[in-house]
Amino acid sequence: MSKANIFGQPGSSPAGSSYVESWGEWFDRHSGTFFLAPAVTLILIFAIFPTFYSIVFALSRVKFTSNGLQFQFVWLRNFSKQFFGNDQVHFLGKTESIGAIGLLFFAAVTAAVLWWLYRSVQITSWVGMLGRFISAAMAIFLAWIIGASLLSGNPIGTLLTTLFYVFVGCALQFVIGTGLAFLCSQPISGKNFFRVIFFIPLMVTPLGVGYAMKMVADITKGPFEPLLRGFGIEDWVWSASPWGARFVMMICDSWQWIPFIFICMLAALENVPRDHVEAAQVDGASSVQIFRDIIWPQIVPVAVTVLLIRTIEAFKIVDLPNIMTGGGPGSSTESMTLHSVYLWRANDIGTSAAVAYLLLILTVVVCASFFNYVVLGQLRKAQT
Amino acid sequence: MSFRKMIVGALLAGAAVCGLAATASAGEFDGVTVNILTRPGYVIAGRLAERGKEFEAATGGKIVVTEVPFAEIFPKIQNDWSTGTNSIDVGVFAAGWGVELDAAGLLEDMDPYIAKDTKLDLADVAPYFREFGQKVGGKTKLLMVDGDFQMVYYRKDVLEKAGLAPPKTWDEYIEVASKIHDQDMNGDGQADYGSCIFKKRNAQSYFAIQTVAASYVQTQGTAQGFHFDAATMKPVVNNEAWKKAFEVYKETGKYGPPEELNMDIGDTRGLFKAGRCGLLIEWGDPGTLQLDPDAASVKGLIYAVGAVGTKEVLDRATGKLVPVTKESAPLSVDGINYAPFAAFGGWAGAINAKIDQKKKDAAYAFLSYMNQAAQSNVDVTIGATGYNPYRNSQLASTDLWVKAGMPAELAANYLGAINGALNNPNMASDMKIPGAQKYTGVVLDTELARYLAGEITVEEALKNIEAGWEEVTEEFGRDAQIKSQALALGGG
Repeated sequence: MSKANIFGQPGSSPAGSSYVESWGEWFDRHSGTFFLAPAVTLILIFAIFPTFYSIVFALSRVKFTSNGLQFQFVWLRNFSKQFFGNDQVHFLGKTESIGAIGLLFFAAVTAAVLWWLYRSVQITSWVGMLGRFISAAMAIFLAWIIGASLLSGNPIGTLLTTLFYVFVGCALQFVIGTGLAFLCSQPISGKNFFRVIFFIPLMVTPLGVGYAMKMVADITKGPFEPLLRGFGIEDWVWSASPWGARFVMMICDSWQWIPFIFICMLAALENVPRDHVEAAQVDGASSVQIFRDIIWPQIVPVAVTVLLIRTIEAFKIVDLPNIMTGGGPGSSTESMTLHSVYLWRANDIGTSAAVAYLLLILTVVVCASFFNYVVLGQLRKAQT
Repeated sequence: MSFRKMIVGALLAGAAVCGLAATASAGEFDGVTVNILTRPGYVIAGRLAERGKEFEAATGGKIVVTEVPFAEIFPKIQNDWSTGTNSIDVGVFAAGWGVELDAAGLLEDMDPYIAKDTKLDLADVAPYFREFGQKVGGKTKLLMVDGDFQMVYYRKDVLEKAGLAPPKTWDEYIEVASKIHDQDMNGDGQADYGSCIFKKRNAQSYFAIQTVAASYVQTQGTAQGFHFDAATMKPVVNNEAWKKAFEVYKETGKYGPPEELNMDIGDTRGLFKAGRCGLLIEWGDPGTLQLDPDAASVKGLIYAVGAVGTKEVLDRATGKLVPVTKESAPLSVDGINYAPFAAFGGWAGAINAKIDQKKKDAAYAFLSYMNQAAQSNVDVTIGATGYNPYRNSQLASTDLWVKAGMPAELAANYLGAINGALNNPNMASDMKIPGAQKYTGVVLDTELARYLAGEITVEEALKNIEAGWEEVTEEFGRDAQIKSQALALGGG
């Protein structure tokens, strides 16, 4: 090995080799770095730098002056006021006076999580335990918020509204999307037509979906008005009812995102070898047995991955509530992203950044937990 | 717009262009583009664009009007001007918002321009709009294109048929709304609404609640204000008066459209033009909007009440409501305390102080052109423009209005209501201090919306508003806010 190889620098090649050759070798050895450098630089400039710079905003009170932005460092005040200050009810919901059901739920979740942690101690490294502690802390915190607000009959804040869109919405989208994909994977006539039809909503811009759904869901002039009148519930106004509005929002969001689940699951279903299914049919297995024991185990890695991607995306919901209800009635359809947008729009940039970071923490912990404890598990199972 | 109106408009526009050419010589602003930011839709923005074309033809200066959602106007302008982006040359927004931009040194002083302007005739601008709307700290920093008051409107035919008089108090408003609710008001066989008020969050709801609250809270004249204790800037909001106003406001919803909580001003305007509202809270626009062809069923039928008052007012020492007497409400009339609310203060144009001089000259010339009586006296009579009267020549006589197609009786009622509000010694001013948008458009609006949706009680809403307003006051500095408030209520 030459000196150039040892030190990794040009110009220190052994006697006899030319200067140009030594530079050439050096470039060859570092070609990977050079090829990656532009992409890494771009990522640093456009993604990582703004992310870290926004921490400055999140820890400051920002004032607009004739000389530009003026930062006043306020430590964690922008964060703490979401939990303890005037904005607490807006973010967490009302958590005073926890009811018996809420307390029971909180105790049950806490006990289950602590038991899980206790069992993990025996089988996991300290790094793994650290991750599990973070997941457990988040689960217990969320259980407290759910117990104290939702299950105690109190209004919920933007945190639980976001989780409602994520968990209930994604579950609904997954079930319907997978169901439609299963139907379209069957040898039925016109299935190509249905494939295209089911896929169209995904291609519409979210703003377009928002305005279209606003018209569709209009109970006085919309297409469902005669139906509601027929059922005698023409006086029911979803936009004036917090839960009605949240459900309509979730249904409209699902309309757009079911096609994403549908197309991914259809691809997975079509990759299931036909001979496995036919062998099971020959053995006399029922349709349910074939789906449960033959098809599902083979599509589950795709299913959990799709669900993970969709979950990450669902945390960012903002267009529909902004267009359809402006976050109302009250703040009942306001997601955390919209919460942050409204604060930003009011030029409260510091608090807006803090809420965005809280969303980032929530998304990372929930999705990383889901990935580590569900997706990886299913992938390992599929490999064995 | 009718054909006759179009012809008249075209002739007047032609005359106006000739007038403009006399002040700003042709080609004076060749190659200069003035970017204006304002609200979306034809209202306010549309007429700016149309007059911009005339301005361009006469001076060569190009006017580009950019529209953004209402809630984004102020932050976008503040952000753009403060960070030195300067993509916006002129902002057309609520007159009251100017003070915060001026405190940051972002507004151009227009007095030197006005001194050289022979066409503007500032003396014709009504004193309230000239001194309160256009001036900040004694200097003219904005020029009005619109003058605003919120008033109560009623369907004259519906109330007469029901044998009811227009409401004088908010209790009567509820009573009248309840009696006419569910009647067919436009002959389409469908039940219509006793009251229509825009109650959507992030829209105009926070103005309407102040219209209701003002009469309960302000008793000693305009200089008293109804948001803060002027000496300490402590909020005067967590008390029985605002509580009552919130409750009245929510109760009007019982007699409103089912989707009222999700309705903004565009939605309610659609309803009253279709003849579906018996009572409504609005700015000056319904007076002229009812003349539009798409409001044929209500033409000449929507009358205005300058102010609705109260028989109980706030005792600031105890925070309780007390009956109106000459002691508790010295400006009351026949046992009723009125405090007409100058909601929004009117749309006004301000010039970015950091743009180059040529642009400033063009921007001023255009704002002056909009404000001059030759243009303004036409624009305010067209409902769709969203411009309401603010000049003496528009308020003194019904001639302009009758010429524009308004029945004489209605014109007298309309101008009478506006003049009554404008000349009321207890007129309630909109906030004109730094943070005004945050106090009302964010804190008040959010808590009000959550109360209306049943998320929180009225007590919680008022407590949150009090805490939120205190936070904003601390953010801008209490002493500075006390000074600003004194200036604002004094007319500076």
